[in-house]
Amino acid sequence: MYCERDDAPLFAPLSFTVEAGALVQLEGANGIGKTSLLRCVGGLSSRFHGELLWCGEPLARRRTEFAAASLFLGHAAGLKAALSPRENLLWWASLRGLDVAAEADAALAKVGLAGYEYSPCYQLSAGQQRRAALARLFVAAAWLWILDEPFTAIDRQGVVELEAWLAAHADAGGAVLLTTHQPLSMARPLRKVTLQADVRDV
Amino acid sequence: MSERQLSAPAVMGRLIRRDVAIALRRRVELANPLLFFLMVCTLFPLGVGPEPAQLAVLAPGVLWVVALLACLLASDGLFRADFDDGSLEQMLVSPASMYLLALAKSAAHWLVTGLPLALLAPLLALLLQLPTHAVGALVMSLALGTAVLSLIGAIGAALTVGLRRGGLLLSLIVLPLYVPVLIFGASAVQAAAEGFDYSGQLAILGALLAIALPLTPLAVAASLRISTDN
Repeated sequence: MYCERDDAPLFAPLSFTVEAGALVQLEGANGIGKTSLLRCVGGLSSRFHGELLWCGEPLARRRTEFAAASLFLGHAAGLKAALSPRENLLWWASLRGLDVAAEADAALAKVGLAGYEYSPCYQLSAGQQRRAALARLFVAAAWLWILDEPFTAIDRQGVVELEAWLAAHADAGGAVLLTTHQPLSMARPLRKVTLQADVRDV
Repeated sequence: MSERQLSAPAVMGRLIRRDVAIALRRRVELANPLLFFLMVCTLFPLGVGPEPAQLAVLAPGVLWVVALLACLLASDGLFRADFDDGSLEQMLVSPASMYLLALAKSAAHWLVTGLPLALLAPLLALLLQLPTHAVGALVMSLALGTAVLSLIGAIGAALTVGLRRGGLLLSLIVLPLYVPVLIFGASAVQAAAEGFDYSGQLAILGALLAIALPLTPLAVAASLRISTDN
């Protein structure tokens, strides 16, 4: 996968590639445009100049294929407070055309929500809600994980686990594109892409 | 993985089920348009006087206008919650067709607002002295008409979802489009009250629904992409 981008107002032009087995961390100061970049990659924003390529072809033309192969987790987790983590997970999977009733409990247990499968999400803590969202990683076979601040509100044990999951995903031939300010200690080499303020006059 | 693939109608069904489940658990939002409908219709006899003959003349128009305003009130929240908590983002990045998801959202919205309004209407018809032989026309016209209103309201809701105070703008966008539905809906009830045949008006409401059903999701899907593109 090749991805090139040139967004003048936010950050200086940059170009990077995310290939199989890569763990790419976007770095940069607050407000530099990390989330904006992820939204562009995820297809939520079209406010950029430059090219986004997927398998050598323009991303916009292969949107559905890309959507099926990628998993986007933004700042807002997309959890319904009135529904339980299990219901949220099943509905989310149904958007991808998957019925994961059989796997949902295992996925929720893996993220440490065993015993909370049926509690409404508004009763869960911020960290537990984030974990409920992360359970998606284990029910859909997505090749590219696009994670915006996945470590927010996660406890220390959870951070270690999540790091291990990311590394395992990369080991299995997947790719991860994430933003975080958390210093990561990965078993796999982590590639950092640093976003810098654009100093040109625009 | 032993995942089972879902067909497109099943994906829509899950979305409708989810929205209905949320509405049933948060009953306040479900009850709001109904309470509005109930309150305004209760106020009318107090305002215009309790003479049955006078009320009976006003009843078809009043019931329809108030139901329409209740629908307008409810359509503001159609995509708001999904926008705020990120569910909308997840729908947009998912491989599911946004056209079908928009259709499912509108359908779920009708199930929790339009349909209850239509079912509550006979009670209020009694209150407003609508002749009993017109109640059938009222329920049928409201059931058909509110479905069109939900579909049209979804366009306005999708266009204004990114704005904090989109309520007034939403009204400006959708009210002109609501007018034909109001005219034929109220006229069906009027005709029934006067003992005429009202199947023509119902047929036109059905035709409006048949046009809105395939076309509005196109506008909604495009509007949602524009509203979230920032």
